[in-house]
Amino acid sequence: MQVTVHVNGVTHTREVEPRLLLIHFLRDDLRLTGSHWGCDTSNCGACVVWLDETPVKSCTVLAAMADGHRVLTVEGLERGGVLDPIQRGFAECHGLQCGFCTPGMMLTGRWLLDHDPDPSPATIREALSGQICRCTGYENIVRSVRWAAEHPA
Amino acid sequence: MQVPAYVEYEKATSVEHALGLLARFGPEARILAGGHSLIPMMKLRLAQPETLIDINGLGELCYIRVTGGELRIGTLTRHAQLLDSAAAGRHFAILHDAERVIADPIVRSWGTVGGSLCQADPSEDLSATFAALKATMLIQGPGGSRTVPAREFHTGPYETVVAPGELLTEIRIAIRPGGGSAYAKVGRRVGDWPVGAAGAAIWLAGDTIADAGIGLTAVGAQHFAAAEAEEFLRGGPATEASFARAGEIAAEHCQPSSDQRGPADYKRHLARELTTRALRSAVRRARGTGT
Repeated sequence: MQVTVHVNGVTHTREVEPRLLLIHFLRDDLRLTGSHWGCDTSNCGACVVWLDETPVKSCTVLAAMADGHRVLTVEGLERGGVLDPIQRGFAECHGLQCGFCTPGMMLTGRWLLDHDPDPSPATIREALSGQICRCTGYENIVRSVRWAAEHPA
Repeated sequence: MQVPAYVEYEKATSVEHALGLLARFGPEARILAGGHSLIPMMKLRLAQPETLIDINGLGELCYIRVTGGELRIGTLTRHAQLLDSAAAGRHFAILHDAERVIADPIVRSWGTVGGSLCQADPSEDLSATFAALKATMLIQGPGGSRTVPAREFHTGPYETVVAPGELLTEIRIAIRPGGGSAYAKVGRRVGDWPVGAAGAAIWLAGDTIADAGIGLTAVGAQHFAAAEAEEFLRGGPATEASFARAGEIAAEHCQPSSDQRGPADYKRHLARELTTRALRSAVRRARGTGT
């Protein structure tokens, strides 16, 4: 089947199998490898992207379900060479170690700040509770989101 | 790498269109809503439909409204939308209690209420919730629509009364005076399926329990309910002693089995204790003396 997906403002049309998962469409078909393919069981959150305005685990969404919709990946956070505050927060506060969970953490963090510009650490922890950092760097991830809240673009 | 087996895909544009597609593709077609139960099952080959009928475009099934003395929930409503709904929380706090402990915020943002019910996992939180609330399910098919009580919706593990060619479109809960409700769950970790969970809905007339609904999940309760405990409560006083006795009766009548989540006797203990806690909290809410 043919799908047309608007990824980070760019329209892509591809022929895909209906069973293709969105994470593989992004990584293998579009070569956007910023989104990470982790647990494959919708537990870890490394694959989180936005489908229209909603953060989703793209290992549990078919590319077909994104047909005609917008997708935002970590590559789309930066605009015209300027990093999004959430990205700067992770850089400023050492919010990543190995970096595997980072794209999902950033996309959920961005979504949270869009809905709650001044979240408490407890709110941030709740929002990120569907995502796993196996380096256990949660303290700095929470600080990174707080940094972004305090330094909006 | 886990990928589903080969499957055909159709995008429905209305309920009528979805029903037409179901008729055309027959019993091996499956409705795809959020996919957060179905796609994992397909990856594991526990489900292998020939055709997926994607209903994510059906905005007409995405609503929470109060109409005709009922709370009505469209089945494509995402878990996060139910958790965010002030109307749902105001009338039935149990809905927020339960949604808060289902999976995690990202899964809740895409998984749907109807999908969870139709998946019919024997540990599903919403099945116990709607059993406690004595909800009614609206099912549409080629010959029109029919309603089924929540307690007659499940016919077994992973099986419901929704026939091939039919679509669950709405859940209805009657809003009655003097009501309060609550949900209590124990899981191995945050966001996991329950080891055991209980929901309670209470309708008071003064200090008397006019009606009671108790839902149980993951403990082998028939129809996800504790009918004998409800019968004991009805017409009696809303006291600590009656909550405790109702918990004992609920535990006596469920049939938990030992598995990787815990031994049967522990689950029976949870059925008792969580029923008591949910009743206590539901009554407090019905009286307006607690959250």
